[in-house]
Amino acid sequence: MTVFVLRRLAQTLLVLLITSVLVFGGLFMIGDPVEILVNPSADQIEKDRATKALGLDKPLHEQYVGFLRGALSGNLGNSFVYARPALEVIFERMPATLELAFLAMVIAVVLGIPLGLYAGLRPHSPLAKTIMAGSILGFSLPTFWVGLILILVFAVTLGWLPSTGRGPTTNVFGLQLSIFNWDGLRYALLPAINLALFKLSLIIRLTRAQVREQSLLDYIKFARAKGLSNTRVIGVHLLKNILIPLVTVVGLELGSVIAFAVVTETIFAWPGMGKLVIDSIFQLDRPVVVAYLLVVVFMFILINLVVDILYSVLDPRVRLSEVKG
Amino acid sequence: MSTVVVPAPLVETPWRRFRRQFAESRLALIGLALLVVIVAIALLAPWIAPQNPYDLAKLDLLDARLPPGATAADGMTYWLGTDGQGRDMFSAIIYGLRVSLYVGIASGVIALTLGAVIGVLAAYLGGRFEQIVMRIVDIQLGFPAILVALILLAVLGKGVDKIIIALVTVQWAYYARTARSAALVERHKEYIEAARALGLGAWRIVLRHLLPNSLPPLIVVGTVQVAHAIALEATLSFLGLGLPPTEPSLGLLIANGYEVLMSGKYWISVYPGVALLLTILAINLVGDQLRDVLNPRLSR
Amino acid sequence: MSRVGPLLKVSGLRTEFATRDGVLPAVADVSFEVARGEVLGLVGESGSGKSVTGFSILGLIDPPGRIAAGSLQFDGLELVGAAPESLRRLRGKRIAMIFQDPMMTLNPVLSIETQMVETVLAHDDTTREAARQRAIEALGRVGIASAVERLAQYPHQFSGGMRQRVAIAIALLHKPDLIIADEPTTALDVTVQGQILYEMQKLVRESGTALIWITHDLAVVAGLADRIAVMYAGRIVEMGDAADVLDAPRHPYTRGLLDSVPAATQPGARLRQIRGSTPSLLRLGPGCAFRERCDRADAGCATLPVLETTDGRSVRCVHPLELA
Repeated sequence: MTVFVLRRLAQTLLVLLITSVLVFGGLFMIGDPVEILVNPSADQIEKDRATKALGLDKPLHEQYVGFLRGALSGNLGNSFVYARPALEVIFERMPATLELAFLAMVIAVVLGIPLGLYAGLRPHSPLAKTIMAGSILGFSLPTFWVGLILILVFAVTLGWLPSTGRGPTTNVFGLQLSIFNWDGLRYALLPAINLALFKLSLIIRLTRAQVREQSLLDYIKFARAKGLSNTRVIGVHLLKNILIPLVTVVGLELGSVIAFAVVTETIFAWPGMGKLVIDSIFQLDRPVVVAYLLVVVFMFILINLVVDILYSVLDPRVRLSEVKG
Repeated sequence: MSTVVVPAPLVETPWRRFRRQFAESRLALIGLALLVVIVAIALLAPWIAPQNPYDLAKLDLLDARLPPGATAADGMTYWLGTDGQGRDMFSAIIYGLRVSLYVGIASGVIALTLGAVIGVLAAYLGGRFEQIVMRIVDIQLGFPAILVALILLAVLGKGVDKIIIALVTVQWAYYARTARSAALVERHKEYIEAARALGLGAWRIVLRHLLPNSLPPLIVVGTVQVAHAIALEATLSFLGLGLPPTEPSLGLLIANGYEVLMSGKYWISVYPGVALLLTILAINLVGDQLRDVLNPRLSR
Repeated sequence: MSRVGPLLKVSGLRTEFATRDGVLPAVADVSFEVARGEVLGLVGESGSGKSVTGFSILGLIDPPGRIAAGSLQFDGLELVGAAPESLRRLRGKRIAMIFQDPMMTLNPVLSIETQMVETVLAHDDTTREAARQRAIEALGRVGIASAVERLAQYPHQFSGGMRQRVAIAIALLHKPDLIIADEPTTALDVTVQGQILYEMQKLVRESGTALIWITHDLAVVAGLADRIAVMYAGRIVEMGDAADVLDAPRHPYTRGLLDSVPAATQPGARLRQIRGSTPSLLRLGPGCAFRERCDRADAGCATLPVLETTDGRSVRCVHPLELA
C-alpha cells in the first residue's frame, strides 16, 4: 500500500511540474500584463518600473526558475491585480466553490440514484420512460443557458430566489460556508441546481444501464432461488454491485463539477475560484491563473487517489488477492 | 415421405438490419428528422435568412432590442425580435447555427481522425509506444475539458480556427482511447495473426482491418463528442473567448442578451438557446440509438 | 403435508418465450413425477428445454417468458399461478436450486457468511449467531475444512469445486424436500466432478432429499439417478428406471446418445454420432421433432407421437426400438 501511495505521489509531482511549465509558457505568450495594470497615460519609464517590479523584465526561463523556487516554499507568486500571494487569493475563494460543488453533487446523487434504479427495474413503465426522456434533455441542455433560464424564471418572473451573489455565511469547522444556514442556502440553490443538472442526467443514465446489465446476471437469479425477498435482492445484492462503478464516476465527476463551476459562478456572480480565474484571464493576472490551475490539478489527482482507494475498499475482488482453497 | 415446406430465409444485409434496428426507437427517428432539418436550415442560411446579420450596413441601431413580431422600417417582420445591434434574431440564429455546426463537426472529424490513427497505431505497435501514448491520453483525459479549452483560447486568442484547435485538443484523447480498445480486441483475433503470418505489411493491416473494425464505437463516441463540442464552443463564446464578435455564434448571442435579461427582454438569450438545445438534443437522440444498435453486448 | 402421492407432479407443462421472430416453446409438453427421496436424471442437449423446466418449477421464468399451460403440483400445492409470496417462501426452504457456474451465482461482492446467513434468516425467525452456526455446520457437511475462516471470505477466493460445494451447502441449509441441480458439474474439472457427484449422492441418501439432476451428459447420471427422463426439443421422449433406460433404450435418440459416448466405441473405430443438428424450436414442423435425424423415420412420423407409458416405462415414438 505504501509503495502504491508513494508512486502516486511521484506521478502527481511530475504532472504538476509539466502543467506548470505548459501554463507558464502559454501565458507568457498572451500579452503584456503591464499594459493592463498600469495607467494608460503612464510613460515608458513608469511602465519599465512596473515591469521590473513585477519581475517581468527577466527572460522567461529565469522567471520560471524564480517561480519554482518560490513554489517549493509554498509561494506561487503574487497576484498582479491584488498584490497579495496568489495562493492566498485562491484559498480565500475556495470554500465558496467547494460548497457549491458539494451541494450540486449531493443533489445529483440523492435524486439520480433512486430515479435511475426505478428506470432500470421497471423500464417499460410510463414513469421510467419520462425519466429517461428527461435525462436526455438534461444533458442536452447547455449549462450556461439553463442558468439564464433559471434566473429568468425563478428570480425575475417568480421572485422566489435571489438571482446572483452568495448568501450570508456561518462558521463551519473554521470555514466560512453559506449553505448551512437557510438564507445562504437560498442563494446557493439556483447555481447548485444549475451545476447539478448535467450530472443528475448522467447518474440517472449510468444507474439505469448498470441495473439493466446486472439484473440479467445469474447471481440475481440465484438470490431469488434462495427465497430472498425482492427488497433484499435489489437493496443488497444489486445495489452493492452497482455502487462500485457508480462511486468511481461520482468521484471523478466531482472534480469536473469543480472545474465547470467556472461557468456557473460567472452567471450567478458567485464569488468562488472559478469567477476569479475568468477575471484573471482577462486581466492577464498570470500568477493567479497559474496558481489556480495547479491547485485544481492537484485536487483532481487527490480525488482520483481517493476514488481508487474507495474502489478497492468496496470491491473485495480488488482488495483481496485470489487464494485458491 | 411428405415434404415439409420451409419458407426461404429473408436475406438481410447488414445495412438493412442496421436501418431496421435504428428505426425501432421513435425518439431516435424524431432526432434524426430534427437533425436533418437543422442541418438543412444551416446550409441554406444565405437563402432563407431574411437579413444578413454580418452586413453592418443593413443594421439599424434604432431597431435594437425590439420584441418578437415587431416590424422594421422596410416592412420586414422581426419574427424573433432583434438584439442589441438591431440584428434580426431569426437570421442571427440561423447563421449562428451554421457556425456552431461547422465548428462542432469540423473539430469532431479532425479529432476523430487524429485520435483514431494514434489509438489504432498504439494498439498495433504495442510496447513502449503504446505505453507512452496511453499515459498521455490518460493525463489529458484527467484534465477538465473546460479548463484546457479556457487556457488554450486565452493563449491563442479569438478565431474560428483557434477554437477548432482548442476543441480538437480537448477531444482527441477520447477517440484515441476508444480506438485503441477496439483495435486491441481486433488485433488479437486470429485473422490478424494469419495476416501477419502471411507477411502483410503493417500499414495494410492497420488501414484495411484494424481501422474499419474500430469504426462503430468511434462513431458512437463521435456523436456524443460533437454534441459536447457544440456545447463547449457555445460556453466558451458565452464567456467571451473563442469566436470573435464579427462571427456571432449562438453562445455570443446568448451572452449579449444576458445584460438585458433582468429587464424582461428575454428573446435575445432564450431563442438562440432553444436553437442550441434542439441541435444538441437531436444529436444525442440519434447518438443514443446508435450506441444501442452498435453495442454488441446488449442482446437483440 | 401429505405423505401419499408424489412429491412433485408436473403435468403438461408448457413454457414459452416471446421473441422478435415468434413464440418459442422452450418447453412444449412435459409431464413427469418425482417421488420423495428419488433421484431423477433429466437429460438432454442444449435447447432441449431441461433448464427451463427446472426454472419453471421454481417460478423463476421472467418476461418475455411465461408458463403458458400445465400444472406443477408440489406436495399438493399448485405452483402455477400461485401468489409470488407463497412461491418465495417455498424457494430455498422446501425447493432449492443449484446452478451451473458457481462463479456467476454467488454474488462476488458479498462474503460467504452474508450469503449463507441471509438464506437462513429469509425463512427462519432466528438470531444471526444461530444462523451463522448453521452455516458453519453446513459447510462442514459438504467437506469444506476450516469453515469458520472460509465464512469471512469472498467467492473469488475459492476454487470452482469449493464454490460449488458452498452452493450445495446453501441448498441444504433448510433441508429442502427437493433440490433441482442444473448441470452443477459441467463447469468443473473432471476430477472435481467425480467428487461433487459423490458428495451429492451421499448427502441426498442421508437426508432423503429428492433430486432432479439436469445434465446433457448421460454418464454423469448413470450412477446417481433412480430414474431417467430424456428430453428433446421441449418434450420428453423417453422415461423410465435408470438401469432400464441405459441398458435397453427404446427411443432412437436415447440410443444415439448412448452410442455417441466415446467410451462406447472400440479404439480405432469410427466415432458414432447422431446425424444432423438440433432443430430450431421456432421452425418445428408438425410431427416428430427427431424425424430429420432418425434412420427409422417414415410417413408415420409426420404426426406427433404421444408419450406412451407401460409399466413405468414411457416412450414417445411410433417405431421404438424393441426390447432385447
